[in-house]
Amino acid sequence: MELRTMSIDEIVTGIKNRKIKAQELIETIYKKIDEVDPILQGYLTLCKEEALKQAKQIDEKAMKGEKLGKLAGVPVAIKDNICTDGVLTTCGSKMLEDFIPPYDATVVKKLKEEGAIIIGKTNMDEFAMGSSNENSAFKATKNPWDIKRVPGGSSGGSAAVVAAGMAPLSLGSDTGGSIRQPAAFCGVVGLKPTYGLVSRFGLIAFASSLDQIGPIATNVKDCALSLEVLQGHDPMDATSVREEVKGNYLEEIEKGIEGFRIGVPIDLLKGGLNEEISKAIEGSIENLKELGAIVEEITLPIVDEGLSAYYIISSAEASSNLARFDGIRYGYRPKQFESVEDLMERSRTEAFGEEVKRRIMLGTYALSSGYYDAYYNKAQKIRDKIQKQYEALFNDYDLIVTPTTPTLPFLQGEKINDPMEMYLGDIFTISANLAKIPALSMPCGFSKEGLPIGLQIIGGAFKEDKILRAAYKLEQKLQVTKNVSVGKEGI
Amino acid sequence: MAWETIIGMEIHVELATKSKIFCSCPTTFGAPPNSQTCPVCLGLPGTLPVLNDEVVKLAIKAGLALNCDINLSSKMDRKNYFYPDSPKAYQISQYDLPICSGGRIEIEVEGKKKEIRINRIHIEEDAGKLIHMVEEPHSLIDYNRVGVPLIEIVSEADMRSPQEAVEYVKTLKSILEYAGISDCRMEQGSLRCDANISIRRVGQEELNSKVEIKNMNSFKELIKAMEKEEKRQRELYSFGEGHKVIQETRRWDSGKGRTVSMRTKEDAHDYRYFPEPDIPTIHFNRNLVESIEKMIPELPEAKKKRFKDFYQLTDKEIEILIGDKPLAEFYERTVKVGAEPKIVANWILGDLLKLLKVEELQGSEIPIKEKDLVELLKLIETGEISGKIAKEVFETMFKTREEPKSIIAKRGLTQISGEEQLERYILEVLENNPQSVEDYHGGKKQAMGYLMGQIMKATQGQANPQLTKEILTMKLQNLK
Repeated sequence: MELRTMSIDEIVTGIKNRKIKAQELIETIYKKIDEVDPILQGYLTLCKEEALKQAKQIDEKAMKGEKLGKLAGVPVAIKDNICTDGVLTTCGSKMLEDFIPPYDATVVKKLKEEGAIIIGKTNMDEFAMGSSNENSAFKATKNPWDIKRVPGGSSGGSAAVVAAGMAPLSLGSDTGGSIRQPAAFCGVVGLKPTYGLVSRFGLIAFASSLDQIGPIATNVKDCALSLEVLQGHDPMDATSVREEVKGNYLEEIEKGIEGFRIGVPIDLLKGGLNEEISKAIEGSIENLKELGAIVEEITLPIVDEGLSAYYIISSAEASSNLARFDGIRYGYRPKQFESVEDLMERSRTEAFGEEVKRRIMLGTYALSSGYYDAYYNKAQKIRDKIQKQYEALFNDYDLIVTPTTPTLPFLQGEKINDPMEMYLGDIFTISANLAKIPALSMPCGFSKEGLPIGLQIIGGAFKEDKILRAAYKLEQKLQVTKNVSVGKEGI
Repeated sequence: MAWETIIGMEIHVELATKSKIFCSCPTTFGAPPNSQTCPVCLGLPGTLPVLNDEVVKLAIKAGLALNCDINLSSKMDRKNYFYPDSPKAYQISQYDLPICSGGRIEIEVEGKKKEIRINRIHIEEDAGKLIHMVEEPHSLIDYNRVGVPLIEIVSEADMRSPQEAVEYVKTLKSILEYAGISDCRMEQGSLRCDANISIRRVGQEELNSKVEIKNMNSFKELIKAMEKEEKRQRELYSFGEGHKVIQETRRWDSGKGRTVSMRTKEDAHDYRYFPEPDIPTIHFNRNLVESIEKMIPELPEAKKKRFKDFYQLTDKEIEILIGDKPLAEFYERTVKVGAEPKIVANWILGDLLKLLKVEELQGSEIPIKEKDLVELLKLIETGEISGKIAKEVFETMFKTREEPKSIIAKRGLTQISGEEQLERYILEVLENNPQSVEDYHGGKKQAMGYLMGQIMKATQGQANPQLTKEILTMKLQNLK
């Protein structure tokens, strides 16, 4: 059984027809994990015992011919900033190295209700801050296509385990590209839904107004299917969609994109972009045209200012969201301290990593009296402007296509000491978070060295259906992953 | 040259909701520590606040009762500070777009009416409570109170004396109680007030530095603290040390009877307020405001007028009754059941209040049933028991919740009204007190009182006083 080529649909159908036994599938997954993960370092925690128990129950249900869920028996890996009842949830931080939440995130609950089996928690940049997984307090996940390179981040673990066949589906979180960038680096499909489409309850907040949970899978249809399960109003999250959403993405997915108007920021493809990426994107655009789309040149909303606005807003929110980690109620606490202030100070000094501290400092500064207007307020104004510009663009276009990243997966250690360089890697992804709109990254080709290249499709608010339709048709046409074997340094 | 005191009040009031502001935990006072908490109010990682609709409705109601403008669109903000009483390290409050703005209420001090303007009312969550252990190196935290909904009512600096400020708080308290917005129990902390005080020379236009005083848990403490602070500032200015009056927060130490500096403007927190991203803007329409307006019951001012017109009570009686909403309600219910308004007011304001005070009970905890009190009054009216016995019966009713008739029957307290029976007691007393009889006939009329007392003693207070007096007078005449 080769998992990398097996879709969720095949798994669920196989289990329902009793062609596949969930227990065997889970065993196979763990065997693969035992084999590959010591090198790849994608998982932080495994829940084998519980997973096998769940699998047994599914098999029994299948035997009895009972009704099975939409994701019956599907092994799912969960990013370690999404709470799992009774299972360690560390956020990749020493601060939460022993934190076991007494509740499931709403998304985890929904997955379980549909019969999915949680197999483990994946590595990530500490508190989702980073683009390489090198900011994890525990380990650095490797890129399955070349283990000298980073898998991207912050959902690097979730992307890598799917790419390496250690899970057919995973959940990531995306604040400024944290699902899409690692999906691009690892050659898998990752979707950041419209803000509010998927509940954030149980997602340990980085930047509350930007965070969004989404699926990472090997193919577009699997993303569509899992989004149907994940989406919807949650009474526990006031920012989740009010009305009942019934996006039937799978039903729509085959409809094609005949007559779709697609905007492409041609200027961005020319200025300073990696040539191989540029070529792959251009090739995809030609394919989209062949599929019947009308492609036109557009100018993207203010990109540079957007990046600054993003780092100010996300850091400001993070400085407040991470303030609760003070060593008093849970999480890391030093053995000795002099006073309550000392306890807080030492806990935070000793348990937060460099990048987290950098962002807390930045965010605290941006919110301080006397600086608020110059930074936070101005950033909000830029955000509003970007939101309006996207709204205007989506009056004229169905979709916008860009590269996901300006570079190919970089080497470990290459950018870790240059935060600015690292931040610039988010240039294509952050605006979808600022504008609260959906965006997907899918593999659209490979470099000469065999490194995956990601294409980003952005849609208007709650237009996931259009994104998935375009992505599915393009995927069918490109057949990229089918024809490429893993690079020579890869797994 | 005369001084003028300028006072503005900030009042925190716990709203009378069943559940907390962002989760479904109960808000009951006095539960065992941390028994009313959940992952949401404890701010555990990943949890999110969801605003309780009831909080918004009560805040609107408060705004309407205090004549405010209701803002159809307002937002929540985060007030960031590190302290263990706040499990998220920020308080969710409202900063620049509060739910209500610009209200006013009328107060009356020494017969003079005055309008006090209200600047704003905003919604926020309460914090937990730190319990510092005596002679222990650690403190404990009780998070039951965290997330209890509050409104903060900020007045303009319109008050010119501690008396006015106290009257403002009293008036506000009674309005909030009447409108069912809060139970306003100062001793339980469901109404807490901070006073901003400054003084200046009469005629001076600019304001001097103001001092905020905190931690006053009763009206008594409130007036004491403000008077003390007023005096402190006046003395400093008078002795050329006005520069020592600085903008600061001072805590009232009731034990020492003085205010103590907590923090000055320099070490004030920078709360780094910013819009709460987890809670969308609060929007509602006029219809909601109108439907809430219809639900506001009769407020104290209107009630006062009605009590005066309908029941002909004195101003003093009205003030005491209206000042305690449950007591006023008990009064009205009793009148409705059939009590004579003036007489029952005497009982409630006299014996009942006294017993409540002794037993440390609130107006909401009156153990006597309205119909039983009415019954008791009837028994007095018909002469079945004397007023003196009635007092005893009332006390027993209060303590045992029994009906008056059963108490009277059990203890044989029925008034002796049978003439023959009374005559026997009277003759016996006269026989045993010849000296008093002689005194009476000698012109000492007070001897009559002594003899009455002896009869009451002999009958254990059960003699019908009216009748006894008549018979006694007659018998004395006869003996002459």
